[in-house]
Amino acid sequence: MTESTYRIQGATGDWEVVIGLEIHAQVTSNSKLFSSSATAFGAEPNTQVSLIDAAMPGMLPVPNGECIRQAVRTGMAIDAQINKWSRFDRKNYFYADLPQGYQISQLYHPLVGEGSLTIEADEKAGIPETKVIGIERIHVEQDAGKLMHDQHPTMSYVDLNRSGVALMEIVSRPDMRSPAEAGAYVSKLRTILRYVGSCDGNMDQGSMRCDVNVSVRKPGDEFGTRTETKNVNSVRFVMQTIEHEANRQVDVIEGGGKIVQETRLFDPNTGTTRSMRSKEDAHDYRYFPDPDLLPLELDDAFLEECRASLPELPDAKRARYEGELGLSTYNAAVLTADVDTFGWFEALLAETATAQGKAPAEVAKQAANWLISELFGALNKLGRSLAESPISPQQAAELLALVGKGTISGSIAKQVLEIMLETGDGAGVIVEREGLKQESDTGAIEAKVDEILAANGDKVEQYRGGKVALFGFFVGQTMKAMQGKANPQVVNEILKSRLG
Amino acid sequence: MSVDTATVAKIASLARIKVSEQELEAMVPELNGILAWVEQLGEVDVTGVEPMTAVIPNTLRLRDDVIDADALTGGNRREAVLANAPAAEHGFFGVPKVIE
Amino acid sequence: MTEITDLGVAAIRDGVAAGQFSAAEVAEAFNANVAAAQGALNAFIVATPQKALEAAKTVDDARAKGEALGPMAGVPIGMKDLFATDGVQTSAASHMLEGFVPRYESTVSRKLWEAGAGMLGKLNLDQFAMGSSNESSHFGAVVSPWRRPGSNAPLTAGGSSGGSSAAIAARLAPAATGTDTGGSIRQPAAYTGTTGIKPTYGRCSRWGVVAYASSLDQAGAMARDVTDCAIMLESMAGFDPKDATSLDMPVPNWTASLSGDLRGKKVGIPREYRVEGMAPEIEAMWEQGIAWARDAGAEVVEVSLPHTQYALAAYYIIAPAEASSNLARYDGVRYGLRDLPDGAGLQDMYAATRAAGFGAEVKRRILIGTYVLSAGFYDAYYTKAQKVRTLISQDFATAFEEVDVLLTPTAPTAAFALGENQDDPVAMYLNDVFTVPASLAGLPAMSVPAGLDAQGLPLGLQIIGRPLDEQGVLNAGLAIESQAQFGTRPERWW
Ligand SMILES: [Mg+2]
Ligand SMILES: [Zn+2]
Repeated sequence: MTESTYRIQGATGDWEVVIGLEIHAQVTSNSKLFSSSATAFGAEPNTQVSLIDAAMPGMLPVPNGECIRQAVRTGMAIDAQINKWSRFDRKNYFYADLPQGYQISQLYHPLVGEGSLTIEADEKAGIPETKVIGIERIHVEQDAGKLMHDQHPTMSYVDLNRSGVALMEIVSRPDMRSPAEAGAYVSKLRTILRYVGSCDGNMDQGSMRCDVNVSVRKPGDEFGTRTETKNVNSVRFVMQTIEHEANRQVDVIEGGGKIVQETRLFDPNTGTTRSMRSKEDAHDYRYFPDPDLLPLELDDAFLEECRASLPELPDAKRARYEGELGLSTYNAAVLTADVDTFGWFEALLAETATAQGKAPAEVAKQAANWLISELFGALNKLGRSLAESPISPQQAAELLALVGKGTISGSIAKQVLEIMLETGDGAGVIVEREGLKQESDTGAIEAKVDEILAANGDKVEQYRGGKVALFGFFVGQTMKAMQGKANPQVVNEILKSRLG
Repeated sequence: MSVDTATVAKIASLARIKVSEQELEAMVPELNGILAWVEQLGEVDVTGVEPMTAVIPNTLRLRDDVIDADALTGGNRREAVLANAPAAEHGFFGVPKVIE
Repeated sequence: MTEITDLGVAAIRDGVAAGQFSAAEVAEAFNANVAAAQGALNAFIVATPQKALEAAKTVDDARAKGEALGPMAGVPIGMKDLFATDGVQTSAASHMLEGFVPRYESTVSRKLWEAGAGMLGKLNLDQFAMGSSNESSHFGAVVSPWRRPGSNAPLTAGGSSGGSSAAIAARLAPAATGTDTGGSIRQPAAYTGTTGIKPTYGRCSRWGVVAYASSLDQAGAMARDVTDCAIMLESMAGFDPKDATSLDMPVPNWTASLSGDLRGKKVGIPREYRVEGMAPEIEAMWEQGIAWARDAGAEVVEVSLPHTQYALAAYYIIAPAEASSNLARYDGVRYGLRDLPDGAGLQDMYAATRAAGFGAEVKRRILIGTYVLSAGFYDAYYTKAQKVRTLISQDFATAFEEVDVLLTPTAPTAAFALGENQDDPVAMYLNDVFTVPASLAGLPAMSVPAGLDAQGLPLGLQIIGRPLDEQGVLNAGLAIESQAQFGTRPERWW
């Protein structure tokens, strides 16, 4: 494994950055981890709060099986050890967003143990080689409530809607060495979570939050003291945090200072981090096993169901797209990067194969190329995502079938797509109505070719004299004369025979 | 092990219980009395003994993922949740302003 | 005829069912006793005469219509003020929860109302159930209806369920709920000449019961005799999906299988309970109990529970540790007391609120619990104590391979005077020396009145059973009860 070449250039030489990430991912579930109140985003304050979430006297937690199941499936997706015996512990501290005075979490015996995730080489991004990032553990815990500070001059307001929502805390090893690697790790993890369906990955809604642990060292030295920047909520911000924090640490050390192990906060407006001294006062969480809950023991049937319900995962799917479907590395990567994308592609592929009566592998390239270069481009112009595409995979397959059967050319297909997006009509209807059918009648094309050769005698001379590049000119002229509707293959053949 | 005034002050702060100097002085011997007394556990040989996890053999049941399964464990009862709050405003619990 | 308030659960239920008196008459009679005794005994924090009458009316109406009546129909009871009662202040005898009116009903109290019982009021207790004498109640100590002859010195009714034991002994209620964490049902029962059973951990739901120490807390029944305890416990117990530690198994019909015949049974006498300096009267009563067990047909054998002497120390690590965390929710944000000094920030508000809302004993236990869980001490104290707990539990398991039940004194002394043990917390904790081991092991255990000491104060015998064998405990209790013939009651002075 070649190490990243990312270095901070300091006055005393090059510094290496060491990064570990703790990611809190909200588990996709209808109800909370220990109560049956709802988890939906954006509800009126304190409406999704049960007596349990508000920690009323005498209230008790009962775990939600779906949250456990999703965490186990996530663990399986990163090839992690699943602990059939785990426990919930209490993490005790006082804060207004923590009604019980403790968070139910897992310290001593987490549900998921050692696993890993692979980030792909990306020369342009500064990742020279494919790299395996270790994942130490995944544990299940409760989210806290929310504090609002700007609604009242002397009071903060507490909303407990999020209080008790299930989180997976996914803790990486300190295996990353550059902002790019960390960014790739977060993106890849998000992709996996979305494939598995255990987290929606909506970082802007807080469904995934990163605690970024950064330290610097001279290459080959021991790990330096790290800082932890809390709750960074986008891939870009994670990378900015590392960039800033690493440079700050180098400055501190080279200036004769020492890094203190502390909690920091990222300010997206300035791209910098600052110390959160308010949270620093002598934390002693007094973890101990939650006496309201028994040890969590999972049986083989439960684990088998978790495994059986796992979908094809990103790495396997990408390999299959390249191997079985013959897609380029780039296309396979693009199409497998997200559930929405591969979902759309696989629907298109199935429809296209049916429409053309061919095996999927025979039409995969056509479908992939069209999706990536044509539809993505068109949607981009419209400012829409694939999920919001006005045309369905089935409608797209009809268009691709017209190209495949030679009824229209690729360039006409572009026109047809535009009309489809405008009118919502089907490709066949449009081609018929607009008279866009491709001309394959040799006679008509021959006539046009002859006209063009006659009108461009000088160029014919030059061509015959060796300037073969002019062939494209004749093709273009012919297509233009045919209003783009000539079968390009027929045009080529006639031109070749005429020009000799 | 025994505690001194500073330790008791630290524990009280961790437990968020305000204690006066006078209370602190009184608490030190009391807590030391209790701690000295529980010290006898040191005599017990617990080699190879697992700490108790469940007093009566029982396994943790998992709940079905149903929203508002019943009024006692579900949401949508803001009025009841806020009914006893010392400072409830606009559907929120009010606390002295927190500066983060 | 005897007064209605001299009747127990079974007699009242059967009398109401037979039409000898109405449930309303019963409620009125007990309501009157509650009101008359409040000033002297302080057994209730809140009386709810109207609730008792409403429940009685429901029963009387149902009977008039010929509907089937529940197993507690027409029986008014006292509810320890640790159980959340919908619409009625639930204070845990603390300033912290003074004025707190829950919008929910604990599972145990709900089941009792469904069985036809009515509520006379919320009974006094040690604050947050922490104490052995009721002196830690924010609302003042309960005064036992018992007195030493020729003395007006107020005695303790025991704790923490002291309001319950006093109310039953003084005929303010035929029965009451209790909770037992380290002996809080059994010790007060012993001090007042009443009967109380703590079932196997997990039999009664903890949902809606203000938590003290989750791995130990267990609700139970207190009444005048074993049969009444059995009837009441049957109504309280049962699986509750809202409590993850609740036992998912049917509640046996204990009442129907009650029998004081101990032939074929083995009763164990744990050697280690003969503690040094045990009062000769306690020792004598224990011997008497052993003789009664033999007379009932049991074979009596000595057994050993070698780790008994460490139980109390383990308990006073585990219970405060859990309590320090369980009581963190009392922070002045969502309910209960808020003390907000001028200019105080959030954390200052917490500290001021908790200083003002908790009593001395509660603070003491929170501090001990915080200390034993704190960084560097967790393993030495908490993990060690949980290991000792395993050993204590194994001791019992070994003993129960040989015997069916264990017979011990309930408490090392008779009731003491209020104020007597106040200065030394450890001396106070020693009251629980015989009850705590069974609590640590989650075992069913009960106290039955066995006799009087030289001063005329009640003494109790404790029966401890195998996990889930409430029947064995109740039967042995009945055997003792039928031979002890404890008919004595406190003379009415209030
Ligand atoms: Mg963290
Ligand atoms: Zn966490």
